Amino acid sequence: MRIDCPWCGSRPLHEYAYSGDATTKRPDAERDADLSVWMDHVYLRDNPAGLHKEYWHHVSGCRSLLVVTRDTTTHLIESVSLAVQPSKGGKK
Amino acid sequence: MNQQCNRSSDGGMIDRSKIIKFQFDGRAYEGHPGDTLASALLANGVILTARSFKYHRPRGICTAGPEEPNALVTLGRKGRSEPNIAATVIELFEGLEARSQNRWPSLRYDLLAVNSLIKPLLSAGFYYKTFMWPRSFWYALYEPMIRRAAGLGALQNRPDPDRYEHAHIHCDILIVGAGPAGLVAAKEASRSGARVLLVDDQPRPGGYLSGESLEIDGQPGAQWAHEFADELRAMDNVRMLARTTVTGRYDGMTFCAVERVSDHLRARNTKVADLPRQRLWTIHAEQFICAAGAIERPLVFDDNDRPGVMLAGAARRYLNQYGVLPGREVLIFTNNDDAYLTARDLSAAGADVIVIDTRKKAPAAKLLPGRLKVFFEHALTDVSGHNSLSSATMTPLVVKGPKQTMRCDLICISGGWNPTTHLLSHLGQKPQWSQKIAAYTMIDSGSNAFVTGGAAGLFELTQGMEDAAKTGRNAARACGFSTEERSVLPLVSPNSSYAIEPFWRLPKQLSDGSKSFVDLQNDVTVGDLELSEREGFGHAEHAKRYTTLGMGTDQGKLSNVNALGLLAELRDQTLSETGTTTYRPLYGPVALGALAGQRTGAEFAPVRHSAMHDWHAEQGAVFTHAGLWLRPYYYPRGDEGFATAVTREVRAVRSGVGMVDVSTLGKIEMKGPDAGNFLDHLYINSFSKMKIGRARYGAMLREDGMMFDDGTVSRLSREHYFITVTTVNAASVLQHMEFCHQTNWPELDVQFCSVSEAWSAMAVAGPKSREVLERVVEDLAIDNGAFPFMAVGNGTIGGAFVRIFRISFSGELAFEVYTDASYGQSVWEAIMRAGQSLDITAYGTEAMTVMRTEKGHVAGPELDGRTTAADLGLGRMMSQKKDFVGRRMAVRDDLVLDTVKQLVGLKPLLEGASFKMGAHLVEDPTGIGANVSQGHVTTAVYSPACDHFIGLALLSGGRNRVGERLYAVSPLHNEQVEVVVSDPVFVDPAGERTHV
Repeated sequence: MRIDCPWCGSRPLHEYAYSGDATTKRPDAERDADLSVWMDHVYLRDNPAGLHKEYWHHVSGCRSLLVVTRDTTTHLIESVSLAVQPSKGGKK
Repeated sequence: MNQQCNRSSDGGMIDRSKIIKFQFDGRAYEGHPGDTLASALLANGVILTARSFKYHRPRGICTAGPEEPNALVTLGRKGRSEPNIAATVIELFEGLEARSQNRWPSLRYDLLAVNSLIKPLLSAGFYYKTFMWPRSFWYALYEPMIRRAAGLGALQNRPDPDRYEHAHIHCDILIVGAGPAGLVAAKEASRSGARVLLVDDQPRPGGYLSGESLEIDGQPGAQWAHEFADELRAMDNVRMLARTTVTGRYDGMTFCAVERVSDHLRARNTKVADLPRQRLWTIHAEQFICAAGAIERPLVFDDNDRPGVMLAGAARRYLNQYGVLPGREVLIFTNNDDAYLTARDLSAAGADVIVIDTRKKAPAAKLLPGRLKVFFEHALTDVSGHNSLSSATMTPLVVKGPKQTMRCDLICISGGWNPTTHLLSHLGQKPQWSQKIAAYTMIDSGSNAFVTGGAAGLFELTQGMEDAAKTGRNAARACGFSTEERSVLPLVSPNSSYAIEPFWRLPKQLSDGSKSFVDLQNDVTVGDLELSEREGFGHAEHAKRYTTLGMGTDQGKLSNVNALGLLAELRDQTLSETGTTTYRPLYGPVALGALAGQRTGAEFAPVRHSAMHDWHAEQGAVFTHAGLWLRPYYYPRGDEGFATAVTREVRAVRSGVGMVDVSTLGKIEMKGPDAGNFLDHLYINSFSKMKIGRARYGAMLREDGMMFDDGTVSRLSREHYFITVTTVNAASVLQHMEFCHQTNWPELDVQFCSVSEAWSAMAVAGPKSREVLERVVEDLAIDNGAFPFMAVGNGTIGGAFVRIFRISFSGELAFEVYTDASYGQSVWEAIMRAGQSLDITAYGTEAMTVMRTEKGHVAGPELDGRTTAADLGLGRMMSQKKDFVGRRMAVRDDLVLDTVKQLVGLKPLLEGASFKMGAHLVEDPTGIGANVSQGHVTTAVYSPACDHFIGLALLSGGRNRVGERLYAVSPLHNEQVEVVVSDPVFVDPAGERTHV
């Protein structure tokens, strides 16, 4: 398998580390005190047949986290984007 | 025996001017360059080459390629001995030694052939039925017995002396198969400028053409292929790999291939200079063309496995490619036109040939000379002969008529041809049944995989090459290259045609009940498949598993389609309805050595050395592995043993001064206006308000609330932090930090990276450590007033920049000195020289472990992924004022019960007694079993300070059980020791020593 890193281009699988489901979002610590929200976030994952978004970490490359949209039934990668768009970084 | 009695005087692609000597089962034979072991054996009249898997029936060579199910041999000796290699793929080399397998005492007289007589016991599914009772006999008797009797060659329990390597290759278009289709496709694609990689498993290009007698553009087909390939090879954008099998197709246009680099050059038990034995390629392609040709399938009839029964295409190849006439009285049994080419060629070479065709008529019959007899609507029904053929009987299929028995020494069979589409189905594509060629075919799949030639079911050569040219252009266009139409295609003479009518099995009434084999390698018969269907395992996937059909090393290349045809008949289905089983990688057997490549033995993993490694080695340090690092374990002096040396090192630190190499710690430099804020999110304690020039112990959790790692964080300036993490977690902590930054808190303005390799680090510890350092440190005052506990500052040692941290892991007054790794050894040596008069002692990781245990500091064994900060006595560090990773989950109800396991200290009840790490803590040692353990010993060491064994343990509700007596039991060591629960800090509980 190969992943098209937006910075580095098409690179082989062994340069990447799978970093989990990219559709979950860490609960807001202020608002979400309810334990069940956290249990869902930490332990519960969907296992869709079809398109899915996953984090892949380019650990042997630019070290960016990529959001890879992949079809779990064919392993075909539909799109790859950076978890953090460069324009959004830096300024608050 | 007459040497090479079956070798023709001319023809073929062998070099008759050179002799190659080889041995099979201890007997000497001769062959020629260009031979395979199989062709050389056939040339020498060797018919019997193997015993079958289950019934030990005599078997001969059946095919001329990697699909061979019968003639598997063990090659070589000792470490180079390799079992189960098809004789049909072994290129002959001088001194080759091969042995037959699965026979005892000899191939000719195999006593286990009695298995044939107990066939009823070994029928399909026998594993699940016959040997089930009594149950206890299975492991003790039945299974070992079956394993002994049934099987293939034996593995060698020795290291493999050969070298293997891994390599990558990139191309625009990968073409698998250098037969006529592959060659033409490669030519057309390469004309566009595309980078073409043409891979073929044979020594020479040509594929199908190497075994044929036809002409292309006025020259012999094989010759044409060679010249065509030479032209290709001369092109800059074409690369050809011979002797290379593409074994798998994987996601993202990645392929795996094995190149047999020097197998064919091997002389007996010697190494071929500087060449690896095999090379494992990872191929990255834009487009893929499968031009892998087709594999012939046998016909299924009584005793169709006798030595001397061979596929028709294989017999033709032995004649045309190897100059071997495998028989002189030849029966050809077919249901298709292709076998007529074999009849024509063998007859032209002087054999007496009779054709038996299951069909009414054959368009190809016109190819044959008039004298040659063809019996239509007949089938072979009986084969006589044991270790070789004597005669066979033919019976009319439709009208009633007399049986005829004919003498023969070779039976060529052809049940049709199956396109070799394995690589297309590796990613899950299903083949379609084609009635026209009575085989499963694949169509071009998706946007990046094409199939052409025989692999596309195009068995007429001109048509196949025409399609290949078009496919080559299409693939080039798909890569973005522009192509022009090619006008002239090679002219084939004579062009063949192909017609077939399926014939899956002998009609039942014509069979006398002898075994008819469907899978020759796994000894699966028509009867087995019938039984499987009868017992409810008639689905293709079920039947495969119930009968083991197609599960041999040939992966059913010969047997699968015949089995599916048979099952379709039994179930009254069409073959489209029956469907197929799934081809998966690998296409053929691959040596484990090739998969391992260079990563064996010392090269299994890289070894990391600190900058001071040479010094440690010179001092005679004993090393231990920590992750990939080699670290000094202890430094024995004279004939000191482990315990004596460690105790001496610990005493030196506690009473004087010692130094340990801590360069292996992970080090992260972090900068930015939000660095403090970000650290607050990562760690359970707070760093944003820490004073500049101070260090602090920090602990971080996983989001599930469990302890992840600990270390120190120092603030060097307002926006600059320096972080250390444990040696083994260095990589994963950095990864975790990046994940947290890029997904959870991307708005924070912070930058960080690993600087682990940039710094060497050493801890100088002991009451005299300041005295030593004051002798060498310049530009920094390190007295207690100016440089208190947890202070951080910059200075120099011998001119080298050092960053000094007053941090202590040992519990003594201590300093960690960091310097540029290129100065690591000189700074280390400078401190050693300065401390010489104070008897400074280098200590290793074990002394460090002893001292941290004496201090109750947790490390790897306690941070086992199941402990919270509170369990380890660090609960008070958890900030209530901020959000951090793991905060919410660490305090969920089940993790704060009184009964959770908590860190405690342990002492033996009797001084002098010892206990083991990993021992379980129980109240009553007599009733050891599940669910009685109340905890376990995580660390156990001899403490020089206490002069007895001490330990750390995780004990249920442990903090309230100090003073309680328990047993530390280790059933593995048959050991039970009475212990007393204590506070985990054994030395200097108030921590006064670090503050002096």
